[in-house]
Amino acid sequence: MTTGVILLLVLALGAMAWLFGRARGLAMVAAASTANGPAIGAVHSRPFYHGAWVAMLALAPALIVLAGWGIVGEGVVEDQLVASLPQAAQPATALDRAALMNEVRGLASGDLPQAFNPAAPGLARQYAAVKGNFTLMAGAVALTLFAIGGLWAFSRLRPDFRARNQVERLVRGTLIVASAVAILTTFGIVLSLIFESIRFFELVSPSEFLFGTRWSPQTAIRADQVGSSGAFGAVPLFWGTIFIGAIIAMLVAIPLGLMAAVYLTQYARPSVRKWLKPMLELLAGVPTVVYGFFAALTVAPAVRNFAVSLGMADASAESALAAGMVMGVMIIPFVSSMADDALSAVPGSMRDGSLAMGATTSETVRRVLLPAALPGIVGGVLLAVSRAIGETMIVVMAAGLAANLTANPFQSVTTVTTQIVALLTGDQEFDSAKTLSAFALGLVLFFITLLLNIYALAVVKRYREAYD
Amino acid sequence: MATVMPAEAAPQARTPTDWQAPDMQRRIAARYRAERNFRFLGLAALLLAGAFLVFLLGTIVRDGWSGFQRTEVQVSVTFDPAVLGVDPAAARGPDGLTILRRADWVGLMLVSANRLGPAADAVSEAAWVRLRDAVIADPALLGQTRTIWVPATSNIDLLAKGKFDLDAPAESRGVSDEEVSDWRLLAQKGLIRTGLNTTFLMEADSTDPELAGIRGAAIGSLLTLLITISIAFPIGVLSAIYLEEFAPKNRWTDFIEVSINNLAAVPSIIFGLLGLALFLNVFNMPRSAPLVGGITLALMTLPVIVIAARVAIKAVPPSIRDAALGVGASPIQVVFQHVLPLALPGILTGTIIGMARALGETAPLLLVGMRAFVTDVPQGFADPATVLPVQVFLWSDDVQRGFIEKTSAAIIVLMLVLLLMNSLAIYLRNRFERRW
Repeated sequence: MTTGVILLLVLALGAMAWLFGRARGLAMVAAASTANGPAIGAVHSRPFYHGAWVAMLALAPALIVLAGWGIVGEGVVEDQLVASLPQAAQPATALDRAALMNEVRGLASGDLPQAFNPAAPGLARQYAAVKGNFTLMAGAVALTLFAIGGLWAFSRLRPDFRARNQVERLVRGTLIVASAVAILTTFGIVLSLIFESIRFFELVSPSEFLFGTRWSPQTAIRADQVGSSGAFGAVPLFWGTIFIGAIIAMLVAIPLGLMAAVYLTQYARPSVRKWLKPMLELLAGVPTVVYGFFAALTVAPAVRNFAVSLGMADASAESALAAGMVMGVMIIPFVSSMADDALSAVPGSMRDGSLAMGATTSETVRRVLLPAALPGIVGGVLLAVSRAIGETMIVVMAAGLAANLTANPFQSVTTVTTQIVALLTGDQEFDSAKTLSAFALGLVLFFITLLLNIYALAVVKRYREAYD
Repeated sequence: MATVMPAEAAPQARTPTDWQAPDMQRRIAARYRAERNFRFLGLAALLLAGAFLVFLLGTIVRDGWSGFQRTEVQVSVTFDPAVLGVDPAAARGPDGLTILRRADWVGLMLVSANRLGPAADAVSEAAWVRLRDAVIADPALLGQTRTIWVPATSNIDLLAKGKFDLDAPAESRGVSDEEVSDWRLLAQKGLIRTGLNTTFLMEADSTDPELAGIRGAAIGSLLTLLITISIAFPIGVLSAIYLEEFAPKNRWTDFIEVSINNLAAVPSIIFGLLGLALFLNVFNMPRSAPLVGGITLALMTLPVIVIAARVAIKAVPPSIRDAALGVGASPIQVVFQHVLPLALPGILTGTIIGMARALGETAPLLLVGMRAFVTDVPQGFADPATVLPVQVFLWSDDVQRGFIEKTSAAIIVLMLVLLLMNSLAIYLRNRFERRW
């Protein structure tokens, strides 16, 4: 019996609980009815609410148990199985353990003909039994709670029981819990980043991380090899991120996005706008992995050929320019829509005044609208920068891993997000400085984007208020 | 005294502007020229963006459409039980299926391919699967000779599609002289054909480009999105209802709002770090599973849905609420029986857009291990799986040339699904959205 079957069973029982509660409510109404029809007000709540009250009290605890089991269940089964192995056969790292368990699951489900790990076949035989036992226990707990909650709720049904008010109280509680999920997520992000970063900073000093200029996280396997310590100076990463996301990408996105917004708001006829706007939205809807593929396969070789024709013989196949340009194109729709908002927030009287004095449309845009909209546009650009430096796939696929501290756009640089992906997708144990450094990079990225967003939103808001 | 006026205020004798003077004409012409240039610049910016889009899509369609086709080679196969090491009588018996599955298909394929003479290498390594499937479908084939179409190797496939520049020198064109002559030989004899690539659509990943398919990744995406929507949609809508209809103005509410707005702007990779640290390391949830990927994407999509749902709920006019309250509905009844049904089209539009974004998302899933090399179609939420965009990423990293068209073909599939979802969202918006 799987968790899914138990879940369906509980839901079906919940529907039955609702029917029982409603039937009780209907019976109470019938009992209170006279020959002249039902007695209005003799039963406080409609039968629907009696049903809902019973179903909610029965389902809530059972579903919480099942959801908890769904989250921790597989881990508990794993712990149990791995602990049953002799000490020598236990997997050394989290990745080994995951690989072993994947084999065990494959064998148990019959997908895998044979396993590499000698311990896997034995565990696979136990797997179904252990998992079945635990699932059955979780199901039993859920059903017991279901019965207790349902019966207690059913026993409270009386004609004067305020079922509707109780149900509504529960619904309100659910609403509050649902809206707390956003806060829990924020806390989860901040706490997990901070905890892992603290573990990292126990191994590497924060000043070395923030101000060091050499980045080579490749720690050797044996302690006596060359470069066994690794270097964690993140300055080349920060520079690469700024170079690609805040300089090259913005050199592409700001002029193009701004001019696109000016044309769409000031010049384009409605019929033209109807066609051009969806085109920008299409550009915004392309998945980043597609941009990355295009950057790596088409743009990067073209940039390299261009660099070679300029006389740079050692031009890198992965250049900052290729990644930055494609990222810039990706950001155009974002800049354009922010500029669009900022331009339309300028009062029409300013534009009309300028036109009435005989200025052409371009003079109005350049001398009146853009200066007036500047704070809003700057805010929008800051938001675009924050999006560009957090963008991952384009740089992972096109920017390379070499941590160069260079301002030459034809050379390869690396970014914070590229390194996070590279550090966490290799085969490495989880508590080495190498993997932990990814969380420190994540922490920096999180706070930089957070500050940029807060500042940019404040700028945009103040600017809007100035014209309201 | 009133007659005394300061000198500056004295009316100046001004000659009227001579608009026809050459100087003035030049100035006006220059201004008009600047106006035209500026207008042209605006249009050029848009056209440049459009050209990029067309170029991007064009490149991908050009490279990718051939991924939906495959090249097959005709071989003549004698299903000799002796070569297969199978007793024909036993193969028709009750254990026939097991016996047939264990037979030496690779050997039979080798024997059959050798009949092609020098072009024997043109047959894909996994071509034996076709022979096995043919016999399992019809055990009467044992002992008979048939011509069977089997998949060609990736390079023969690409040659047949004209993907190599044959005029280039042998060392730089990526395909050996032997392969070229094999292909010419087969083509001459008419033993080669190109048809719809059902492998690509019906199979999971493989190390050989000619055998790789996207079905595994597509099912993985579906399972992941099922988890995402079943978590993000209810929680998102309930949060939006609370914030718009019930939340008192206090610090707690402000805090929730700030959290949601910030989460909407947090880079997606940060959610991957959260998933890795919390779900994989603390809760020990299975790596590479749609369950973990789905929850991670749900947290990422949640703010999108909350924001869209709040806009939709806010758009329902207060008169609806007042009327419902006026006839005695409780606040909860007002929301669930009147406001929510009216806001639902807007909420669904926002949800579909959020789901489309989740479908195209790659980075957070890489961190929770959904880049596993999976040759099976995932069966459940805890099985190792990958998703379409991650499959694109994995294939794009592969050095084998045959994967370029597979990557582009996978992108075409992904983009078509996204287009479908966005069209549905636009349709919903136009069909059901009411202007009050």
